[in-house]
Amino acid sequence: MRNPFFTSLSDFAKGRDDKRFSIEEVTRYFLSRTESLNASLNVCLSTNPNAINRARQLDARLARNGAQSPFYGYPVMVKDNFEMEGFPTTCASKILSGYVSRRTATSVARLLSLGAIVLGKTNLDEFAMGSSTENSAFGPTKNPWNPARVPGGSSGGSAAAVAAGLAPLSLGSDTGGSIRQPAAFCGVLGIKPTYGRISRSGLVAFSSSLDQIGPFALQASDALEALVAMGGRDPLDMTTDDRDPSEMRRDFQTTEIPGLRIGIPAEMFGEGLDSSIRDRLGELRDSLAGSGSREVAVTLPHSRFGINVYYLLATSEASSNLSRFDGVRYGFRVKEPADLRAMYEETRDRGFGDEVKRRILLGTFALSAGYQEAFYRKARKVQALIRGDFLKAFEQCDMILTPTSPSPPFAFGEKTGDPLSMYLSDVYTITANLAGLPALSVPVGLDSQGLPVGAHLIGPPWSEGRLLKVADKISSLYPMPLPEVHAGHPAGFREGGLK
Amino acid sequence: MTESSVSLWGQWEVVVGLEVHTQLLTKSKLFCRCENRFGAPPNTLVCPVCLGHPGTLPVLNGEAVRLGVRAGLAAGCRVSPVSTFERKHYFYPDLPKGYQISQYAQPLLTGGALRIRTEAGERMIRIHRMHLEEDAGKNLHAGIPDRSHVDLNRAGVPLLEIVSEPDIRSPDEAVDYLKRLRQLLRATKVSDGNMEEGSFRCDINLSIRRPGTSVFGTRVEIKNVNSFRFVHKAMVYEIERQIEAVESGEKILQETRLFDPVSGRTKPMRSKEEALDYRYFPEPDLPPLVLSPSLIEEERLSLPELPEQRVERFCAEIGLSRSDAEILVAEESLARYFEEGLERFRSAIADEEGLRKVRERWTSFVLSEVLRELNRRGEEVLSGPTGVTHAVDLLEKVLGGSLSFSQAKEVYSRAAEEKKIPVSLVEELGLVQVSGEGELSALVEAVLAENTEEVAAYRGGKDRLFGFFVGAVMKKSRGKANPEKVNEILRNKLKG
Amino acid sequence: MNLSRSDVLHVARLSALALSEAEVARMTSELSAILNYVEGLATVDISGVAEAGETLAPTPLAPDIPAPSLPTEGALAGAPDRSGAFFQVPRILEEGR
Ligand SMILES: [Mg+2]
Ligand SMILES: [Zn+2]
Repeated sequence: MRNPFFTSLSDFAKGRDDKRFSIEEVTRYFLSRTESLNASLNVCLSTNPNAINRARQLDARLARNGAQSPFYGYPVMVKDNFEMEGFPTTCASKILSGYVSRRTATSVARLLSLGAIVLGKTNLDEFAMGSSTENSAFGPTKNPWNPARVPGGSSGGSAAAVAAGLAPLSLGSDTGGSIRQPAAFCGVLGIKPTYGRISRSGLVAFSSSLDQIGPFALQASDALEALVAMGGRDPLDMTTDDRDPSEMRRDFQTTEIPGLRIGIPAEMFGEGLDSSIRDRLGELRDSLAGSGSREVAVTLPHSRFGINVYYLLATSEASSNLSRFDGVRYGFRVKEPADLRAMYEETRDRGFGDEVKRRILLGTFALSAGYQEAFYRKARKVQALIRGDFLKAFEQCDMILTPTSPSPPFAFGEKTGDPLSMYLSDVYTITANLAGLPALSVPVGLDSQGLPVGAHLIGPPWSEGRLLKVADKISSLYPMPLPEVHAGHPAGFREGGLK
Repeated sequence: MTESSVSLWGQWEVVVGLEVHTQLLTKSKLFCRCENRFGAPPNTLVCPVCLGHPGTLPVLNGEAVRLGVRAGLAAGCRVSPVSTFERKHYFYPDLPKGYQISQYAQPLLTGGALRIRTEAGERMIRIHRMHLEEDAGKNLHAGIPDRSHVDLNRAGVPLLEIVSEPDIRSPDEAVDYLKRLRQLLRATKVSDGNMEEGSFRCDINLSIRRPGTSVFGTRVEIKNVNSFRFVHKAMVYEIERQIEAVESGEKILQETRLFDPVSGRTKPMRSKEEALDYRYFPEPDLPPLVLSPSLIEEERLSLPELPEQRVERFCAEIGLSRSDAEILVAEESLARYFEEGLERFRSAIADEEGLRKVRERWTSFVLSEVLRELNRRGEEVLSGPTGVTHAVDLLEKVLGGSLSFSQAKEVYSRAAEEKKIPVSLVEELGLVQVSGEGELSALVEAVLAENTEEVAAYRGGKDRLFGFFVGAVMKKSRGKANPEKVNEILRNKLKG
Repeated sequence: MNLSRSDVLHVARLSALALSEAEVARMTSELSAILNYVEGLATVDISGVAEAGETLAPTPLAPDIPAPSLPTEGALAGAPDRSGAFFQVPRILEEGR
């Protein structure tokens, strides 16, 4: 359901400045909606008790000084693997029980400094490991389109929050598709920027060389502004690039659809792709051609090894990143361990869920003596080949179009018994992380069962502005309905787009 | 350079490589901006980064990189234009992240060498590599039943690990290598090298083999031996342990051992079944360290005079013997004292000959009196009442002839003891040197009159008796006579 | 490749995870299945390929200016066990690293 106040970030800013509504009014609306729907959707793990206060203060300051940014007073939700000083950060894990963050993630801090209001923190797969939000220690999030289906993951809570109208903007993290796949499943826009565009400081690391932060939104221009606001070099993250994030705004404005070369990799439209999704994508290709863009056949020969490479590299880094959860300085520790070793082993065994343990074991194995060459090192080299494929393809095209997910949102429990089949749901999104490229998922309507379908665009490094311009065009071609969600049981959807 | 003969231990050759971990003199830690300071109350110099909180990322301290480059240049290392950081994994309470960030695949510095001198002669000990890494915190156990305590103030302090090639052949060589390395790090202000505070720590890799063979024996690592004396002791113990074992047909285990200063022995450190696999892999939070050529050049240009160069200069310019120069340079503060004093005399004395005499006196004074007091009382002797200006004033009395050298030495020692300014002490004690012609002549006359037989013998050709007359005059003056003047007068009178 | 029970126990020990008997059995088969899949990489020709990662411009380095640390209470708040200003753990029997 659309909120009754505004349709986009710029519309919000205008309404706010024209006194069509107060910031407090808007904040109260989203908070109360969250309160009434959270029991059935399980989107939020915590809400911000200071939100109303902050809204009041912002209203008061607005009366005196006016607003400097469209984000002034804008409500957002953040995935619960972002740190906010004084707030719990759970990563949907038992091992972080009781943990309170001492600092605020740079991405969140930059939005806060512009006046944004964080409403709450959203559910996720434990430590962002999963594709369905079923691996949360706090129970799964429901897909607002159909409560029997998963919202995707790992940023399922953030995607569902925007789809269900609990917030107009949310933040997620994407290591192998964790923004784009839930965006597709929930029928919203989600973008993962170029590696190095947004600081990872304050994002709890899953796989440091692949993790990137990005927004969920209903409008491409809203996502664009969020990226500009959060982007740019951060002295707290040495992997950030120092290019000016406002270049994205310029690219968004200057990109023209006519003449645009859209790369179509045959590898990603073949076997294993749900026919209903293939059909929607086929229509989209026709519409884009009708708008003057040109299709170019490209090939990404090594992309079929994406899953292999990803599950070696991501788990290797994860096994290392999660070593710090040891029960010594914060979080969970078992009671009365027999000795030091027992403290470590039992704390970690009981503190982590199954999927996390599986990945720690796999990553430890891939890095271990005698196997590192054949697994971790080999994967790094194949990663270089995958990256090379993309760079070659981008000599022929401006961006690449693929499906976001091979299947529509699946049912709860459908893939939990078979880790591999779950991993395969990231098959189209994973390579963008491996190559460090920007990529987004934009809704292209519903499939035959009435579930959202996403189109996936991958661009060369630093092409976010161009990708979003094309996403904006696609949104205008496929006005996306939003689901009608009621307290108690989310069901059905309401026709009618946002435009 | 002379290559000494291979020193042997019975029928065995000892092969040793040393790994030194030295804390860098930065103001903040290696990957966060907590203060790098020793002795603060527990867990007061910690932040989310060095506590290993989730969401934190390492940010490399530029000064640590500079200091590393400087140390490397001083030891003749090759500076890597690109180096990498890796993670080394193990679980231990003093290691907050569960891994140590360390340079592994491509260290900041490779190659280089240090010249050492022992009784066996002069040799070059090659340096294999130097790299940056973070220190761990501290676990404490003393006086705590069933529990251990963890203080993370030291976690993340920058370390330079300096790994030698296995070129060391004896405990003496090991100690000399360590002393010279520490000297170098101090002279370049890379580290304070303070072993008591743990800012200069040493691991020993030791094996034995039959001389003439080129293969190495099984290597044993002895961890954290933290004084020169203990290094020597631990090595002697370990050499003898290994020889005894091998000679009685046992196999040496490749293991890590710990030195126990109380028993003077080394003992195995970990249980054998424990799995250790550090799983090094590139630190994804730190891009490869690419150095700007200007940084390297700046460090090269700002390199101070190195200990070895200083020794050369002391020998060539000041005319010190090599061994005197080595002793002086070994104590950075003493060398500075020496040079400052020399500078003062130089500005007061113009003629070459006078200067040469002063240099001799001053060198001998510093190497005997000042060094002794320094060893006895520590660095504070070098400032305050017995500081260099006051020492120079004292020596000037000797040069001016109003005080004898032996008096001056005695006064300095007492001044250090009583923390008094030496020249004031001279007055207080009423010390004066008798240099007056008349007074000295009278003394000489009296001595000659008392020893007529000896005078006859001397005049008859027994030259050696001259010293006897000098001694007698000095004794009669109760040490106050100016010995040079006494010589002169005696020579004249005895001729007559 | 198929992992053995002892492979899994070894990796679990390196990972500091005390797996139950049931977990060991399940992980042995699940990890084997995943490894059998990812082993598809073996068919890729990587001769002459360097690992991913590029060499860039000089690394921007942080100035050596100390910033305030956490207040001790802030550092220790939330510690599962503490003693005064120290974090507390079961007795460490094996010294040094
Ligand atoms: Mg080391
Ligand atoms: Zn710190």
